[in-house]
Amino acid sequence: MKYILMMNGKKSDFEGYARWSKEDLQANVSFMRAFSKELKDSGVFVSTEGLGWPSEAKLVKAGKNGEPITDGVFPESKEFLAGYWIIDVESPEQAYKVAARASQAPGPGGKPGNMPIEVRPVLSGHADLGL
Amino acid sequence: MAEHLYNAPFEHLLRELAPQVIGAVARRFRDFFSAEDAVQEAMIAAFTQWPQEGVPENPRGWLIQVASRRMTDHMRSEIARRERETAVAAETENLTSFLEVETDMDSDDTLILLFMCCHPALSPSSAIALTLRAVGGLTTAEIAHAFLVPEATMAQRISRAKQTIKTSGVPFRLPSPHERTVRLPAVLHVLYLIFSEGYTSSIGSHLQRFDLACEAIRLTRNTKTLLPDNPEVAGLLALMLLTDARRAARTGPNEELIPLDKQDRKLWDRSQISEGIELLAAALSKGAVGLYQIQAAIAAVHDEAESVGDTDWPQILALYELLKRVAPSPMVALNLAIAAAMVHGPAKGLDLLRALDRDPRIAGHYRLDAVRAHFFEKMGDYKAAIQHFRIAAAGTTSMPERNYLLTEAARLAGD
Repeated sequence: MKYILMMNGKKSDFEGYARWSKEDLQANVSFMRAFSKELKDSGVFVSTEGLGWPSEAKLVKAGKNGEPITDGVFPESKEFLAGYWIIDVESPEQAYKVAARASQAPGPGGKPGNMPIEVRPVLSGHADLGL
Repeated sequence: MAEHLYNAPFEHLLRELAPQVIGAVARRFRDFFSAEDAVQEAMIAAFTQWPQEGVPENPRGWLIQVASRRMTDHMRSEIARRERETAVAAETENLTSFLEVETDMDSDDTLILLFMCCHPALSPSSAIALTLRAVGGLTTAEIAHAFLVPEATMAQRISRAKQTIKTSGVPFRLPSPHERTVRLPAVLHVLYLIFSEGYTSSIGSHLQRFDLACEAIRLTRNTKTLLPDNPEVAGLLALMLLTDARRAARTGPNEELIPLDKQDRKLWDRSQISEGIELLAAALSKGAVGLYQIQAAIAAVHDEAESVGDTDWPQILALYELLKRVAPSPMVALNLAIAAAMVHGPAKGLDLLRALDRDPRIAGHYRLDAVRAHFFEKMGDYKAAIQHFRIAAAGTTSMPERNYLLTEAARLAGD
């Protein structure tokens, strides 16, 4: 079963991250690298991506003639996806364990950040239905 | 340095043969588009059969035979389909006669394919994919892997590219010398894009990916053999070698980005640098200077310097002035500003950047902020430097670059 592990944050979290010390940034970056490698080595890795920041985010709606209408103003409370991992594991418990590991990514001062990680099952296509 | 490209001992041979086999099959069946598919199937068959049965005595003949068999099967089912769908038969009738096929076997198929695949009507990503498959002999799976997209997506991109060429009605033959001159820039651009794609993707991705930079160098080497007298082809090859020579120094132990001024120059590949410089000198002596030769010359000036301080910045500035006349673009203007700052000081650089703020093609681009940050740092205005590093970090689309820019801001904030 595949699960997506999502790391979210408010605009202020991203702005805060940009102000971390050099050591804290480096510790965080090497944790993330090692974490992806762990996932790959244990045979559960499917994919991972990091996203551009909220300042680059746009909300798009179709106008009258289908033309894109963009809006870049968001409420301060809005949570933005920072990045995600997709893993393929045997049970939800195993996915939670991996998510807890991701949550330990070091924050300011090198202490575990304990960031909340949203875990959701990734649904399979029709192959399973025999269509 | 290219050996890691090939997993199987015959892979190199297969990839060299691919364009020749496509040429032969396309001639026999007078249909390039199906021939290219059939040869792809023959290549995959070789990948599965040769390891067990050994490489056949005449590998080229083997591939032509297997591909031809696929073509016949394909045509048979096509005929059967047509008989069922007589209504559409009239439309598809002229499918095979679409291409004017030369019977002259001496013309070079690799060159024909290169010009065909780098057709100006194609989007860059389509031209790249098609070139890698037909000229480079890569499988669709390998190309998909290199661009980190699903194989089905890449297959679709390739088949759309072929459809576009079909619609444009380009014949399968070597362009006339005049056409060749007109279309060569598109060919060189595609080769250059393959190289730079490999170059950017080699950082930050610790996934095993096909080495596109190496492949671009191989294809450009082949192109140079086919067009030995063209100085821009040699210039492009020199540019690739002189840039790729710094590969080992570009990333740190954690794959972090190391900019030119902080690289350990002992890690630069000296033999690649001398080959590049030799190629460049020969090209420049022909007296038809173009954008690739100028960029190669700039790379050569960097490669020859012992350190950033020893770099001949006035010469680099002069070369960017020349490049700006030959091939003006906002990115060239930005690099010119960097060189000018090295020669005349950061205030001059900031002056030149202000002019770029009014150019809609680059205004607001994160690289303007990144460069500005470096200039402010040189002037001792750390507050402004930190601010611009952070703006640049929010705007970049590369993860290692974002990490680098944030670390630069943090370094100044911590001092």
